[in-house]
Amino acid sequence: MSIPVIELDDVTKVYPLPAGDVTALSGISIRIDEGEFVAIMGPSGSGKSTLLNQIGCLDRPTSGDLFLAGKNTREMDDRELTSLRLSSIGYIFQKFNLIPLLSAYENVEYPYIMKHRKNDDTGRVRDLLALVGIDESLSTHKPNELSGGQQQRVAIARALVNDPAILLCDEPTGNLDSQTGTQIMEALSELHKKGRTIVMVTHESEIAAYAERTIVIRDGRVA
Amino acid sequence: MIGNDIILALSVRSVRLHFLRSVLAALGIVIGVVAIASIGMMGANMTLSVTEQLSDMANKLTVTPYTGGGGGMMMGGGGGGRVVISSGSSSDDDDVITEKQFKTIQRIVAKYGTAYTVRSESDRIEVGSDTGRATIYGLDPEIMREILTVEEGEYPKSTTSVAVGPTLAERLNLKIGSKLKIGDPDEGSTTTVRVVGILEERGMSMDLSTDMAIVGSDKLFVGIYGGEGEYDQVNVVVNDINNADVVKTAIEDELNRKEDTVTVQDSSRMMESITSSLSTMTTFVMAIAAISLLVAAVSIFNVMMMSVNERVREIGILRSIGTQRTEILRMFIYEAGILGLVGAIIGAVMSIIIGYIVVVGMVGTAEYFFAAGSISYVPMAMAVGAAICIVTGVYPAWRASNLDPIEALRAE
Repeated sequence: MSIPVIELDDVTKVYPLPAGDVTALSGISIRIDEGEFVAIMGPSGSGKSTLLNQIGCLDRPTSGDLFLAGKNTREMDDRELTSLRLSSIGYIFQKFNLIPLLSAYENVEYPYIMKHRKNDDTGRVRDLLALVGIDESLSTHKPNELSGGQQQRVAIARALVNDPAILLCDEPTGNLDSQTGTQIMEALSELHKKGRTIVMVTHESEIAAYAERTIVIRDGRVA
Repeated sequence: MIGNDIILALSVRSVRLHFLRSVLAALGIVIGVVAIASIGMMGANMTLSVTEQLSDMANKLTVTPYTGGGGGMMMGGGGGGRVVISSGSSSDDDDVITEKQFKTIQRIVAKYGTAYTVRSESDRIEVGSDTGRATIYGLDPEIMREILTVEEGEYPKSTTSVAVGPTLAERLNLKIGSKLKIGDPDEGSTTTVRVVGILEERGMSMDLSTDMAIVGSDKLFVGIYGGEGEYDQVNVVVNDINNADVVKTAIEDELNRKEDTVTVQDSSRMMESITSSLSTMTTFVMAIAAISLLVAAVSIFNVMMMSVNERVREIGILRSIGTQRTEILRMFIYEAGILGLVGAIIGAVMSIIIGYIVVVGMVGTAEYFFAAGSISYVPMAMAVGAAICIVTGVYPAWRASNLDPIEALRAE
């Protein structure tokens, strides 16, 4: 049996608040294999975004272990976790989260430069932008000059530039109209067909339908 | 395409995006750098120019009778103040240098330079209906030619002719041929002398202050005040400045062996005290100027905090897609550094211009402006300005780098 790309073992996340501790995740154990397209569903406040933050190494579980490609993240410091986010995880956010100071092209190139310490001279950035349907004239635009759909396409290209093992999507269509949303989902499906591991958080069942497997979270537990 | 250092590129763009804000913050640094540099340069130029003036007389020693106090001789200002060297109007009291002492001094000095005697007295003078007081110097006519310059007329030769200092001549409206009376009629006789020369201005000097004085031959002086073989002061001119100390010690050792009989003064102590008070003053004024840099630092701090607070979300994005803390830190330090560097460079250029104007205006000469001691204030002020910016940027940058990525991403 191959090593799973993502494995959560009894992961619990507790937020200590003055009014009492809030348990966001309680004993979650999930295993996601390479090439899977998994949707995480649940009502708001169920803890699905917290779960995605754990998988994306933006946060640390209070207890339990998270293995990414067989490595336990508990033993990593901030520097190593940051490197992991750079090289092994591609993030697609609901609010696109492009860097306003950089053009579309530079936004995609940014993680490449951070990883390789040089400009992209392989044409990868250009190819990825073409793949998501951003042509050369659009690639010089700043994010605020692009439509929501275009921004999300740029964000997908950015997420893919370092060829990550995992693509994490947090409500990728949440800020888009349904037609654009469908286009984005089709683009993600294409990536899945090419073998990309995708974990997507959504609360819309028609979006979740693009995934092969759906995990439902309720009150911080796998339902 | 942006360069390999994308972090620096982001800093540059952030500064450019908030151009006006950045310019105003950098302006504070410009003002601070200009203030520190031009005041520093002004001080340095003053010191250099005064030192140069003073070193002209660094090879001169004065030997005066010991009076028990701090020394019987002080410098007289070119304009007015005079110090009575011997008390009363008679020279036959104890406070004189005897012929024997003078011979001793001459013997000591012979190897290093020359010595000459000075007789001086402060007395009442009368020109027409004007009366006043002035110093009357009695000098050997030979010596007079060597050490004093007559601007108009000639050197006094006879016992009835004198030369007068330019300030005195102007004040009493003395011309070549003018007659003046020396002495107080209530206390005795007066002597009438004729002005045959007007001396060149000599300014501040410790050996002779002739600008407000009357200079006559020693015969004239002895004729009025007596005191043959007694002198009020012996001036020594040393050929090599480096020997001034040796000569001073030798004279003191010889004449003050049993008891203090003479005071030997050189100009080094005066020079030291003048340059040290100048430098104290400069430091004090520079400290005031440094306050402007402090104000600039507060403004840079404010701008940096604004920049961090505005970009919390961006920092969250950068962190979430794999930017290290140290790189976020670097980004904001760069931003502060750019403001500091731009401010410091503009400040340096402006302080050369403004410093030049200040130096010419305050010191009167730009002769020393490009001397190392003066112009070095420009890079120094630049370094201080830029360093203050970077130091000020550390806290905001540290704050930015320690933001929690999840919290930062939630920010609007």
